[in-house]
Amino acid sequence: MSSSLVYQRLAETVTALLIGLFLGAVLMTIYGYDSLLAYSSLFVGAFGSVFDLAETLAFAMPIMLTALTFAIGIKAGLFNIGAEGQLYLGAIGAIIVGGLLALPPGVHMAATILTAMLFGALWSIVPALLKIFRGVHEVISTIMFNWIAYYFVMYLALYQLAEPGRSEKTISVLETARFEVIMPGTSLTGAIFVSVAFTLIIFAYISITKSGFELRILGAGVDAARYAGIDIKRVTLSAFLIGGLAAGLAGGLQIIGKPPTYALYGTLGNIFGLGFDGIGVALIGRNHPLGIIFASIFYGGLQHGGRYMEYQAGVASELVRAVNGLIIISLAVPEIVSMLKRLLRR
Amino acid sequence: MKHYMRLLLSLAAVAVFMWILSLFGFNTKVIIEATLLAMTPLALAAIGESLNEKAGTVNIGLEGIFLISALTGVYVAEITGNGVIGLLGGALVGAFIGFVFGILSVYGRGDQIIAGMGINIFALGFVPYSLMALWGTPGIRIPPREVLVPPIDTPLISISGVTILTIFIAIAAHYILHRTKIGLWIKAAGEMPEALDVAGVRVDLIRVSASTVGGMLAGLGGAFMPLAWFGGIVKEISAGRGFIALACLVSAGLEPILALGFAFVFGFAESIAFTVAVTPGYKEAVPYHLILMIPYITTLVIVAIFIGKRRFPRALATPYSRE
Repeated sequence: MSSSLVYQRLAETVTALLIGLFLGAVLMTIYGYDSLLAYSSLFVGAFGSVFDLAETLAFAMPIMLTALTFAIGIKAGLFNIGAEGQLYLGAIGAIIVGGLLALPPGVHMAATILTAMLFGALWSIVPALLKIFRGVHEVISTIMFNWIAYYFVMYLALYQLAEPGRSEKTISVLETARFEVIMPGTSLTGAIFVSVAFTLIIFAYISITKSGFELRILGAGVDAARYAGIDIKRVTLSAFLIGGLAAGLAGGLQIIGKPPTYALYGTLGNIFGLGFDGIGVALIGRNHPLGIIFASIFYGGLQHGGRYMEYQAGVASELVRAVNGLIIISLAVPEIVSMLKRLLRR
Repeated sequence: MKHYMRLLLSLAAVAVFMWILSLFGFNTKVIIEATLLAMTPLALAAIGESLNEKAGTVNIGLEGIFLISALTGVYVAEITGNGVIGLLGGALVGAFIGFVFGILSVYGRGDQIIAGMGINIFALGFVPYSLMALWGTPGIRIPPREVLVPPIDTPLISISGVTILTIFIAIAAHYILHRTKIGLWIKAAGEMPEALDVAGVRVDLIRVSASTVGGMLAGLGGAFMPLAWFGGIVKEISAGRGFIALACLVSAGLEPILALGFAFVFGFAESIAFTVAVTPGYKEAVPYHLILMIPYITTLVIVAIFIGKRRFPRALATPYSRE
C-alpha cells in the first residue's frame, strides 16, 4: 500500500469514527441526556488510568478475534457474519472440557482452548458447504446458524451444564483451565496474549503463506481466482474454517480468561453480541490484522468506558453498540464527506 | 414458472404436514392462525425488498428496520393511544431508514451489504438503549392492552387486518412490477440502468423510491410484531426474521407473490414451534429451546433446496453513474 493510500484510509476511518460519535451525541440529546458529560466520562472511564487501560484490554481480547473472523471472510470475498454463533459454540466447548474434565495444569488449558476453537470451526462447516455446493449466500446461512446456536447453547447452559443450585449460570471451569489475572483488581488475564498471538499468526498466514495468497486472490474476484487455477472450493472452506477457529477461540477465552465467574450465564449475557461487535472492529481496522488490534482496543475502550458512562451520566451502555453501527454505515460510504459537501453547496 | 411449481410443492408439503399434525391432536385452526401471524412481517419485508432489489439495491438491514420500527410502533401507539397509528409510525420510520439507505447507496455509492449490516448493528444497540431511555426497563416493554391491534374474527378463523392488507400488497406489487410502466422502470433500473437513463428516466429517483417503499413495508412488518402479534417488545423481538425474509425472497426468485407464498411456508415452521411449545403433553416432552430452532433449520433447508440457478438483476448492488 502506498503511503498516500494509507493516509486516505486513515482519514476515512477517523472521519467515520467522528461521524459515529457525533450521531451518538445526537441520540443522547434527543432523550435529554448530557452528551458532553457522557462522552467525557466514557473516555476517562476507558483510558483514564492504568487500571482502566487494563480493563479496556480485557474487553478488546475477544472482539479482536471475532473481528478476525469477519476480516478473513472479507479477504476471501465472503461476508461471513457467523462469528456470533461460532463464539457461543466455543464458549460451551470450553465449559464442557474446562469444567467437566480433570487434567493436569497446562494440558487442561491447552485442551480447553483447542476444543473451543474446534467447536467454532465445526459450526462454520455447514454454512461453508451450503455456500460451496448450493450457492446459499453466507449472510443467510450464518445468521440462521447464529440463531440455532443461540437456542442450542442456551439449552445446554440451562439444562445440561447448569451449576447445581444456581441455575442462572453454568458450572465454572476448573482452576487448572483458567488464565491468571495479570493486574490485580482488573479482569485482564493472560488470555490477551493468546488473542494477540493468534492475530499475529493470522497476519503471517495471510501475508506470507501460499494459501493466504490464494485467499486474497479469491477475494479479488472469483473469475481472477479461477483464471489463476485456484481451487475455489478448498479456499472458501478454509476461509470459513479459520474464521470459525478464531471465533471459537474468542468464546473459549471469554470463559477461561475473564474473571470472576469463569462460567457462562444462562442468558448468554457475558458473550452475547461479541460476534457482531467484531464486524465493526474489523471494518474500523480496515480488515487488517494489525489494524484490528488497535481497533479492538478502541472499541474495548468504548465498552469499558460505557459502563462508567452509564454510572455517571445515566446513559445506557448499549449506546456504544448503536455508535458502532453508525460508524459501520459511515465506513461503508467513504464518499459521505464529499456527499455532504455537495449537498451543502446546492 | 419453475418457481411457482416449487412453491406449490412446498405448500402441498405444508398441507400434508398440517394434516399429520391434526392426527396427533394439534388444532389445525390454531396452527393456521399462528402461521398467518408469522407470515405477515416476513411477507411485508420480502415484498418491499423485492421491489428494492428489482430496482438494483440490496438492503440486508431488514432485521434492523424490524427492530427499530417495532420500538417506534410501541412508542407511537402509547403516546397516541392508538395501535393503528403505531403501525403507521413504524411504517414511517421504516420508510425513513429506507430513504436514507437509498440516498447513501445511490449518491454516496456506498457498499450496500456493509451499510445494511451497519443498520442491523445500530438497531442491536439503539433498541435496548431506547427501551432504557424511554421507559427505564432493561430490554422489554409491555404496552397497555388497549393500544394493541386485535385480529378480526371471521366465521372461519381470526385474522389480522394487516395480514389481509399484506395479501393485497403482494398482488399490487406483482401487478405494478409486471403490468405497469413504473414496474418496467423499476426492472430496467436493476437490469440496464444505462438504457433507462437514455430513455430519460432518472435511475436515482427510481432506486431511492424503491428503497423507501421497501423500508416502509419492512417498517410496517416490524411494528406489526409487538402491536398485532406478541403484545409487547423485547430487545431481540425480530429474532432473525429480517434474514428469514431475505431467505423468502431468494427462494422466490425476487417475485412478490411467490415471496408471500414462501413467507407462509416459513411462517408455518414458526407456528409449529409455537404450537408445540404451548400444547399440553408435548411442551413437557420436548425442550422449549430446541423447538425454537425449528424455524431457522427449516429456512436453511428450504433455501438450500430451492435456490437452484437463480438469476438476479444484472446491476444489483452496483451504484449507477453516468459516464
